[in-house]
Amino acid sequence: MRLEPIKNPTLVRKLVPPAIALISTVVIASFLAMVAGANPFSVIGLILKGSFGSQFAILETLNRATPLIFTGLAVAVAFRAKFWNIGAEAQLYAGALMTVLLGTGVFPWPSFAILPLIIVASILAGAVVLLVPALLKIRFGVDEVVTTLLFNFIFLLFISMLLEGVLKDPMGMGWPKSARIIPEAKLPRIVDGLRLHWGFGLAVFSAICIWIIQNRRTLGYEMRAVGLNRDAAAFAGIPVNVVIVKTALLSGGLAALAGFSEVAGLKGSLTLDLSPGFGYTGIIVAMLALLNPLGVIVAALFVAGIFVGADSMSRAADVPTYLADIMLATALLLMVLAIMLTRFRVVRD
Amino acid sequence: MEIIDILFTASFWAAAIRISSPLIFATLGELICERAGVLNLGIEGIMVAGAFAGWMAVYSGTGLWAGVCVAMLVGMLFGLLHSTLTVPFGLSQHVVGLGVTLLATSSTYYAYRLALPEVTSPPKIEAFQPYEIPILSDIPLLGPALFSQTPLTYLAFILVAVVGVVLYRTPLGLAVRAAGENPATVVAQGLSVTAIRMGSVMVGSGLMAVGGAFLTMSAFDSFFFEMVNGRGWICIALVVFGTWRPGKALLGAVLFAAFDALQIRVQQTSLGTHIPYQIFLMMPFILSIFALILMSRRAEVPAALMVPFNKGER
Repeated sequence: MRLEPIKNPTLVRKLVPPAIALISTVVIASFLAMVAGANPFSVIGLILKGSFGSQFAILETLNRATPLIFTGLAVAVAFRAKFWNIGAEAQLYAGALMTVLLGTGVFPWPSFAILPLIIVASILAGAVVLLVPALLKIRFGVDEVVTTLLFNFIFLLFISMLLEGVLKDPMGMGWPKSARIIPEAKLPRIVDGLRLHWGFGLAVFSAICIWIIQNRRTLGYEMRAVGLNRDAAAFAGIPVNVVIVKTALLSGGLAALAGFSEVAGLKGSLTLDLSPGFGYTGIIVAMLALLNPLGVIVAALFVAGIFVGADSMSRAADVPTYLADIMLATALLLMVLAIMLTRFRVVRD
Repeated sequence: MEIIDILFTASFWAAAIRISSPLIFATLGELICERAGVLNLGIEGIMVAGAFAGWMAVYSGTGLWAGVCVAMLVGMLFGLLHSTLTVPFGLSQHVVGLGVTLLATSSTYYAYRLALPEVTSPPKIEAFQPYEIPILSDIPLLGPALFSQTPLTYLAFILVAVVGVVLYRTPLGLAVRAAGENPATVVAQGLSVTAIRMGSVMVGSGLMAVGGAFLTMSAFDSFFFEMVNGRGWICIALVVFGTWRPGKALLGAVLFAAFDALQIRVQQTSLGTHIPYQIFLMMPFILSIFALILMSRRAEVPAALMVPFNKGER
């Protein structure tokens, strides 16, 4: 078989493969739920009800989507330039670490300045963490996929060391947990009485900023050019290495904001289970969004909805929650295939 | 010096060889994939799936070797999925690889929960026992280190030689290497690049799964979540460190494992108790990064690695 590009794909061609991918994911998930002894036709309904079925569920989904928007943006920005940042998890914890370092009231800053300072410091921390693999790539040609993956393990152990050492909360009853941040360092709620914090607002704002950078600024054009063809970009006079470093700084900073918003908006302190793999899930979010920053918001809501919905479905139907991860992996693999099939036709030799 | 003493004990080298075994299987598997031109980031998840499948098969009553075969088959199935998407359809090897890792890991955990819904601690199996090779195992130091291992460890070392011979001394090996260096020559030979690459990824994934199965069937006798714990990613670094050659990859894996065995022992010395244990746990990952930096100048990357063949822009 052979693949043939389609010159002008029709609307049907653009919509049918992704729709089939989505339906197949649902069918597979329902089948697996049936294997677990649940009613296959009720599963998707239960997931939808658990994620968008009530005000509480919607707020929960929005909260869960917030870190995913940040990590999704981090991955989307990096992948656009074909810089394979698989280390958003480490950068997330760098942001979270900065938030508890500066947010527990050790510095006598005026209260209005605390949040902006923490945000800037978090971004810098995440950027620095990703700078190391970026420099290793430029200087030594070391593949960033492996280094960013390995850094995730190193950085998590580093956090674990701090949480059992200098950062350990003396009031924490022996748990490896940092002290709580002061009220001035907390992200306020968007509406009083509703459990949704301004981290979500910041995430949406970031997505819009990234969209502007990608579509209206020289840097965005350069990143795209480097991603499409590194040699051609260099030939056209684009400083490829500088663009890669800028991409890394931006990507690392975005991922760090996920850690900041989780600590400052939701948890209030740093623990080792702050992120259930938000960094890795960001890759799925970015791919489902076709690396489009505004699409990341939608994809993050979809992914968060599956997680939140699967939690409540799991309780109701007694199906292991890992079904959510299977659904996402299936959706990811089928969706990249479907997107390709919107632009190419399979031809028999 | 306590550390020097450690290096001269047979139990230390026996541990190093044992720790290196799963890495050897998985590194060989990744090496075969990459030699054919396909980066397989599914390795981490495929090892998890292999660890579970082999263990579960033995727990449900098959023999140990049948369990190894089950693990291998499960690995090959994920290899089939990976290579179908990346070879004929030419999709991004990064994205598909990570997707396969996520799918393999989550479906393994799902299957574990379904198979053993009630248990708090996973059941144990009757794992592979060490087999002392007559005469050879009596050699001082070397004997207990090399020749008193479990059969799977011997298999790992034999496979290094087998893969080396097949890659460099047979037409099949030539075709695999050509698929990763210059696919056009494969076509000129009248062979199918797609078939060779898919076959290589399936065989490689099978070996990764056996590497995972070593953990549950030889190193330990039970299955735990997180038990693969980044070993797959380390194997990707080991392939680079071994400059895509089986012999050097073996050397890298043993060196790496010796370092790992050393850090476990240093942790228990008087020096080790003053250092946070996380520092020791970080060492394998830091070492891998240094190995990558060290070898980066000398790396002979297969020229067509990650390049889809004859499928135009994607």
